[in-house]
Amino acid sequence: MNIHEYQGKILFKQAGVKVQDGVHCKTIDDALNAYDSLDSKVVAVKSQIHAGGRGKGSLYDQETDNLVMEGGVKIAFSRDEVEQYARNIIGRKLVTKQTGSSGKIVNNLYVEAGCSIAHEYYLALLVDREAKTILIMASTEGGMDIEEVAEKTPEAIHKIWTHPVDGLNEKDALEMADKLGLDGHSKQDLVSMLESLSRMFIEKDCSMIEINPLVKSDSGDMIALDAKVSFDDNASFRHPWMEEMRDYSEEEEVEIRAHDHGLSYVKLDGNIGCLVNGAGLAMASMDVIKLYGGEPANFLDIGGGATKESITTAFGIILEDENVEGILVNIFGGIIQCDMVARSVIEASNELGLQVPLVVRFSGTNHVEGKEVLDHCDLDVHTSSTLAEAAEKIVNLTRGEE
Amino acid sequence: MSIWIHEESKVLIQGITGKQGTFHGTKMDEYNTNVVGGVTPGKGGQFVELPNKKVPVFNTVSEGLDETGADVSLIYVPARFAAAAIIEAADAFQEKGGGLIVCITEGIPILDMIKAVARVDQCPEVRLIGPNCPGIITPGDVGGCKAGIMPGFIHAKGRIGIVSKSGTLTYEAVAQTMSVGEGQSTCVGIGGDPVNGTGFIDCLDAFENDPQTVAVVMIGEIGGSAEEEAADWVAKNMTKPIVGFVAGSTAPPGKRMGHAGAIISGGKGTAAEKFKAFENAGIYVARDPSEIGNVLVRALKDAGLR
Repeated sequence: MNIHEYQGKILFKQAGVKVQDGVHCKTIDDALNAYDSLDSKVVAVKSQIHAGGRGKGSLYDQETDNLVMEGGVKIAFSRDEVEQYARNIIGRKLVTKQTGSSGKIVNNLYVEAGCSIAHEYYLALLVDREAKTILIMASTEGGMDIEEVAEKTPEAIHKIWTHPVDGLNEKDALEMADKLGLDGHSKQDLVSMLESLSRMFIEKDCSMIEINPLVKSDSGDMIALDAKVSFDDNASFRHPWMEEMRDYSEEEEVEIRAHDHGLSYVKLDGNIGCLVNGAGLAMASMDVIKLYGGEPANFLDIGGGATKESITTAFGIILEDENVEGILVNIFGGIIQCDMVARSVIEASNELGLQVPLVVRFSGTNHVEGKEVLDHCDLDVHTSSTLAEAAEKIVNLTRGEE
Repeated sequence: MSIWIHEESKVLIQGITGKQGTFHGTKMDEYNTNVVGGVTPGKGGQFVELPNKKVPVFNTVSEGLDETGADVSLIYVPARFAAAAIIEAADAFQEKGGGLIVCITEGIPILDMIKAVARVDQCPEVRLIGPNCPGIITPGDVGGCKAGIMPGFIHAKGRIGIVSKSGTLTYEAVAQTMSVGEGQSTCVGIGGDPVNGTGFIDCLDAFENDPQTVAVVMIGEIGGSAEEEAADWVAKNMTKPIVGFVAGSTAPPGKRMGHAGAIISGGKGTAAEKFKAFENAGIYVARDPSEIGNVLVRALKDAGLR
């Protein structure tokens, strides 16, 4: 689960990480009041969406798609500028490198006191799957696209790892400060920031904390000017507050609905809907459709505990997608029984009025019974015994070829 | 031989009185797996009725090991308690001379797994498979040892080792070997979580040293760099032929494909990179899982094994 920058900064403040004063706004009036309340002539007016690259993004009018403003993060030097920027941001569509061309509507704004900047750094904490512990990554090349830095000058990125049980070692934190060329109270600031953030990472079950930029102010303070925080969904049971921080408008409605039914669904751009049991097999099914010249419309794993209800929901979700011109069902029965899936597919198709070709491939538990159920129903359904054959068939059928 | 479990392995089930534990315990018993008992805190002294026998329930793993001499502990404990169950099993096995832990549970918090894996790593005689995996199976002459949720009947005893990150795709690989008349020595599902126990290299190393195994099918998926590291290891150490497939060629970056670990981030972990690493390491590549059987035949022929 991701949260907004303004929420991340509330958590930073609680954890003892230095941030500038700021106010979360929903309207232009909010933004003006925020400006009045912040004791700062210069403020940053920042679009709040769950995607990076906001500063270099572009804002478009929702209706006309006309460009409204370049840059989703603006520095305002007057009350008038705050008003102008807020007007250009709230309710607009922000397109960044990470949002894709459809962009995201900006419903939230953060107005933050300005800050003198002596230098910009990059800092991130994340789970390192190879080292099997938390990795802290920092660079003097802050404010930049860090993936580009990693590619062109990997030596500019410094790494330390926390101990899986004992946490961050102070010696490592001091070493990191040295590598970033910090001294005096900046060095102390960074060490205490790293300690606070690693504690917060564990206490809140984070999966990533990214600060880009982390800045050194003219007076040498280390301040988090950005906050990108995400949490491990698997740990939400011990953090009831996560639900309050969740912004559903930032997530795909259909993916939430799928999740609520035990389905894992990701919408893609193709025309062949897929319904599969197992994440690996679901990915492989998409790959094989592509190999035979088709394009998958989605990733959909119905999971090991699928029921008639969840399969009906899954069918409904696939058919809602206007691009879908055919459906491939691929089940390798283990715990799931193919005949149960067959009956569910028939029922869902009748209920939803299936209009597109359907190819079903069964293997494993009760596949013979499953095929029999399909062979004796009124539905126009094609069956195959292998994935390759099934994929080829559905690709041909969507092209109008038999 | 086979790797890590054999037909006579004694299996203890942590969480045996739960719905999943009882259901899969029954399936394992039907497959002739030697289920010797279970563990559910607070239910020690009870018995669970399986098709072929009645097995005792213990309060702790340690007690269960003392009473049954189990060498495998299979975990079906709910996600929020699963890491503690792994740690308990690791401590108990370490004290009694070692053993294998197989954790099926899906959805364990990643920071819990970091701690659990760190503990297992401190116990040299203990191996962890999983979590979020189908488990491990060694098919025998009649049934076999099935420590997991895979359908037993699709397998047959043979000479191909299988290792995979994914569940149902492992079954697909099994079906592919069967379609060309080959059985399996052992099949290991290592799971799709970012932090887990046994990895590809552990499995490949064990298969390389297992006299029953003559070739290996390896199934990876997008995310992380475990496939690339395995390929590197293969180039230097593996003499037996390997057939490899990677799921997720069509997955877009930044989108998690079901498994917590299956995500292309920062342009890393793509299927294309993994396939390339496989090819560079001399691994026989199947671009389509339906081709695994044919590619395996080619690999066996090249090695003079068919």
